[in-house]
Amino acid sequence: MIRVLKNIYRFYADGFRSMTIGRKLWLIIGIKLFVFFVILKLFFFPDILSRDFDTDEERAQHVRTTLTNR
Amino acid sequence: MNDLLTTVDWSRWQFALTAIYHWLFVPLTLGLAVIVGIMESIYVKTGDDKWLKTTKFWMTLFGINFAIGVATGLILEFEFGTNWSNYSWFVGDIFGAPLAIEGLLAFFMEATFVAVMFFGWGKVSKGFHLASTWLTAIGASISALWILVANAWMQYPVGMEFDPAQMRNVMDNFWALFSGIAVNKFFHAVLSGWALAGVFVIAVSCWFLLKKKNTDFAIRSIKVGAWTGLVGLLLTMYTGDGSAVQVTRHQPMKLAAMEGLYNGSTSQSLVAVGLVNPDKQWNNDEDPYLFNIDLPYGLSILARHDANAFVPGINDIIAGVDINEQGDTINTVSYAERIERGKAAQESLRRFDTARKAGDAAAMEKARADMMKDYQFFGYGYFDSVDQAIPPVALTFYSFRVMVIVGSYLILFFLVVLFAAYRKQWLQREKWLQWTAMITLLLVYLCSQAGWIVAEVGRQPWTVQDLLPTCAAISDIPSASVITTFWIFAAIFTMLLIAEVSIMCRYISRNAKIQLD
Repeated sequence: MIRVLKNIYRFYADGFRSMTIGRKLWLIIGIKLFVFFVILKLFFFPDILSRDFDTDEERAQHVRTTLTNR
Repeated sequence: MNDLLTTVDWSRWQFALTAIYHWLFVPLTLGLAVIVGIMESIYVKTGDDKWLKTTKFWMTLFGINFAIGVATGLILEFEFGTNWSNYSWFVGDIFGAPLAIEGLLAFFMEATFVAVMFFGWGKVSKGFHLASTWLTAIGASISALWILVANAWMQYPVGMEFDPAQMRNVMDNFWALFSGIAVNKFFHAVLSGWALAGVFVIAVSCWFLLKKKNTDFAIRSIKVGAWTGLVGLLLTMYTGDGSAVQVTRHQPMKLAAMEGLYNGSTSQSLVAVGLVNPDKQWNNDEDPYLFNIDLPYGLSILARHDANAFVPGINDIIAGVDINEQGDTINTVSYAERIERGKAAQESLRRFDTARKAGDAAAMEKARADMMKDYQFFGYGYFDSVDQAIPPVALTFYSFRVMVIVGSYLILFFLVVLFAAYRKQWLQREKWLQWTAMITLLLVYLCSQAGWIVAEVGRQPWTVQDLLPTCAAISDIPSASVITTFWIFAAIFTMLLIAEVSIMCRYISRNAKIQLD
């Protein structure tokens, strides 16, 4: 089992080492995921119902109130 | 109210912007994965080194597109939670299941097999590598399946029951999600990706021909691209025909908007080309078109596969009038009545809420039962007049024509390219054809985006057909924050697109100096 895991690790490590154009792509992926999950999700895109209410019952009540008052 | 409308409009623009950018990457991933799979299959079968070089070249372009495009769809899910939280809650159970499966499948299948595709050359057997390539292609399509199933449910909500206590639609039949609309939508979208990728391969290959570099490689690639594109396109048209029939049955207002048709008739013609009259409203006598050339019987055949069938227009649908296959006039529910029944359903929901707060179980059950009688028209209760339930006609009409006209042109394009590819000298000599191929790359993207505009603008004002319009689905958030994030997204996605195009161009240009023949 450990040997299999080592082989998998080596497979990926060798793959990453031998990349050429891939390095730039991984950098872009990294920056993109950082911007999406750390900046946008955290500061600009909260899940409003999860943020503002503690229980599903409260969330349902909020949606019911909103949808019957619009 | 004004701020709510601004929030709705900006949130719609934001969703459209992010979805359009996302869809620049997705169809190329779907189609190029198949083309790479075909090329590698030929390599494994023949053992010919030139096919190995060909496969690796296109696989790298696939990788660039995959890397830049990956996770761009997550932004849409962020928007559900922030901008469309009422919608998100209302449909959570139904929408969440396919998206969760998509996330797991996308992660495990694509992450595993994409790695083998790129890192596995010489480390795993040829057969295992080929299997990984195909599994990546299949994995990408299966990912798309779940997204498209969720989208189809919004257009044709089935397989659920609304629970007013949870304020959610609760799934009661998972398999109902795979409706005719979902199946057609899946094949239509995925196969259109084959056509788009086919044009991409032809266009890039034609650039090599223009530069007179790696011409054998280019011709080889063009043959695979053109065959895949042609097969994909023909199947896209076949499933498009299925979609038209489904839309006629379940979203007749969308079909009427696609056609700019206000007063339907039997043996209804189809507008081949035309200009919509901007002054035309559902309740005035203006001519719907400033100019139009019709195909006799076209719309009846398209919508109902019967040259003499009646196709209802916007006014017929508003009045609740249709004519069945036997030629009898039948009454569906008029929009005025839908609005009344929608308001009645909302009033019942208010009574349910009051009874719930009072702890009166009998009154709750009575209110719930009353609401369910009219629930199918729940969303119409948000409208004050019937015109609020009519989609933007001009945008839907023109997008449909762009999709169909460019799609038809693509058949001719693939046939000419195939003909030329098998007469190698001709394709190498005719520069106009090489330039046409490169211009066609822009057209195929336009066609692909136009298809989504028809599907999504044509179903306005609904987020969930008949149940939840955009004005109810929106969160209570200030429009200023939506406007800010709109521009942030516009900047990020534009940068990603520039990165993709520049990395691809540099890679393609570098390979012009390498022997690929």
